Amino acid sequence: MSALFANVDWGDILKAALETLEMLGGSMLLTVILGLPLGVLLFLTARGQLLASPALHAALAFAVNVLRSVPFIILLILMMPLTLALVGTSLGVRGAIPPLVVGAAPFFARLVETALREVDPGVSQAAQAMGARNEQIVLRFLLPEALPGVLAGATVTAIALVSYTAMAGVVGAGGLGDLAVRFGYQRFQTDVMVVTVVLLLILVQILQMIGDRLVARVSHR
Amino acid sequence: MADASKPRIELIDVVKAFSGDVDAAAVRGVSLRIAPGEVFGVIGESGAGKSTLIRLMNLLERPTSGRVLVDGEDLAALSPAALRRQRRRIGMIFQHFNLLQSKTVWENVAVPLRLEGGVGAAAIKARVGALLERVGLTALADKYPAQLSGGQKQRVGIARALACEPKVLLCDEATSALDPETTDQILTLLGELNRELDLTIVLITHEMDVVRRVCDRVAVLDAGRIVETGEVVDVFLNAESPVTRRMLREDGHPPLRTGSARAFRLTYRGEAAHAPFLSQTAKATGIDFSLHLARAGEIKGVPYGQLVVSMEGECLDDALARFEAAGVQVREFHP
Repeated sequence: MSALFANVDWGDILKAALETLEMLGGSMLLTVILGLPLGVLLFLTARGQLLASPALHAALAFAVNVLRSVPFIILLILMMPLTLALVGTSLGVRGAIPPLVVGAAPFFARLVETALREVDPGVSQAAQAMGARNEQIVLRFLLPEALPGVLAGATVTAIALVSYTAMAGVVGAGGLGDLAVRFGYQRFQTDVMVVTVVLLLILVQILQMIGDRLVARVSHR
Repeated sequence: MADASKPRIELIDVVKAFSGDVDAAAVRGVSLRIAPGEVFGVIGESGAGKSTLIRLMNLLERPTSGRVLVDGEDLAALSPAALRRQRRRIGMIFQHFNLLQSKTVWENVAVPLRLEGGVGAAAIKARVGALLERVGLTALADKYPAQLSGGQKQRVGIARALACEPKVLLCDEATSALDPETTDQILTLLGELNRELDLTIVLITHEMDVVRRVCDRVAVLDAGRIVETGEVVDVFLNAESPVTRRMLREDGHPPLRTGSARAFRLTYRGEAAHAPFLSQTAKATGIDFSLHLARAGEIKGVPYGQLVVSMEGECLDDALARFEAAGVQVREFHP
């Protein structure tokens, strides 16, 4: 066992794994906090919807598209001055979270928008007919109906974030990706590479499983 | 309560155009008055503007011009808050039910009560319980809509629409997605609710049978205009417009071959329907007749019949007088 993983320092691995989880948890939380309202707004401002506003919708959609079209590795570098201003460092877990959120929130917002579009327009109509206010229509009708789609979107986003955290390792964030780059790649320690990749794979599997279960629990179609 | 002479719903020259082009408007100058406690049907073929018309009645669509009054209040002039209050007093049910898939039957019915605020949990529980009992769904309270049949879903829709004790129920093709038997049950329920709660019901449909079963009065809509309106029996038995006759499937019969005889349309309803007036008159006057078209049935519980017969004989005028004396309406028929 020890011969097989000669270069693996399990203490380092544990620390890196915890850092990855920290980055994932922190950035996922902020992604949902920013991406969910953004997605709702994208949906509501579209033509024919409650707050139809073509100009606002076009502006939001443009911003989202720009952020989504920048490759994440470039976004990491472009974000550095802003990250520094926001959290005081562009290194480590703290330094990784702003670019992760900026990368993932627009992605999640689009998935939320799509989930809301899947809701039968009749539901919104029925809500209006019973005298619901706009925020009631969103909070009590549209979002509950879109919840399975939103949770599925959150799962996809979380998994995308796992691969983003690994990439963040390149610019000095910690975590399993960092370990894989510094030891596995730069020092040719294949065993470290294998261990980190397997751990990331397990993490993705677990996320997908949790996501699928949550979706199944809230789906009553 | 409400003054019966005042309409519950009144539309005054309402136009609804979806684009700037008023000539292509969905509703083109409709005026109608619907009395409290009345079941009013709007019938028309698809694309006639029925859905738009009913959605104008709770301002889901805003009129391009004209006024929509509910209990004398111009809906378009209300503030958003006042409009929402008014909408709570106007229930609506839909062709595809529009229930929340994510909530149980019980929760779906509770939704409108929770929107108001200030309704306590105990009051909600009691009200939802009573509503589910009334529509016969108590046993299914914890089911989700996906587990229900179409008829059950529409019952949930009805319970939900009645939650805030509305004065008006708008039915947007409420039975069009249901099979004939279920349609029957839902129409029976609507009729009962109309009588029990003095509920004004407006329903739109493309099925003449639905109108015949429950409506007091009917308006026939064609290309955004009302072409015929009146008591269901009158419209049904004396259809004037081509659309109405098409909806009744009255046209399309082969041309009558009456020879030297004259054709008449004999219409009778109520007690007259039970009398053998045709054979009695034939025996008494010696006229000869042949029967070309006949239909009979019930409109809102009143039996009726309508025949097209051609008759000849010396005593034809006498025969016609006898028909009228027996309460049969006689009209010369020109196919």
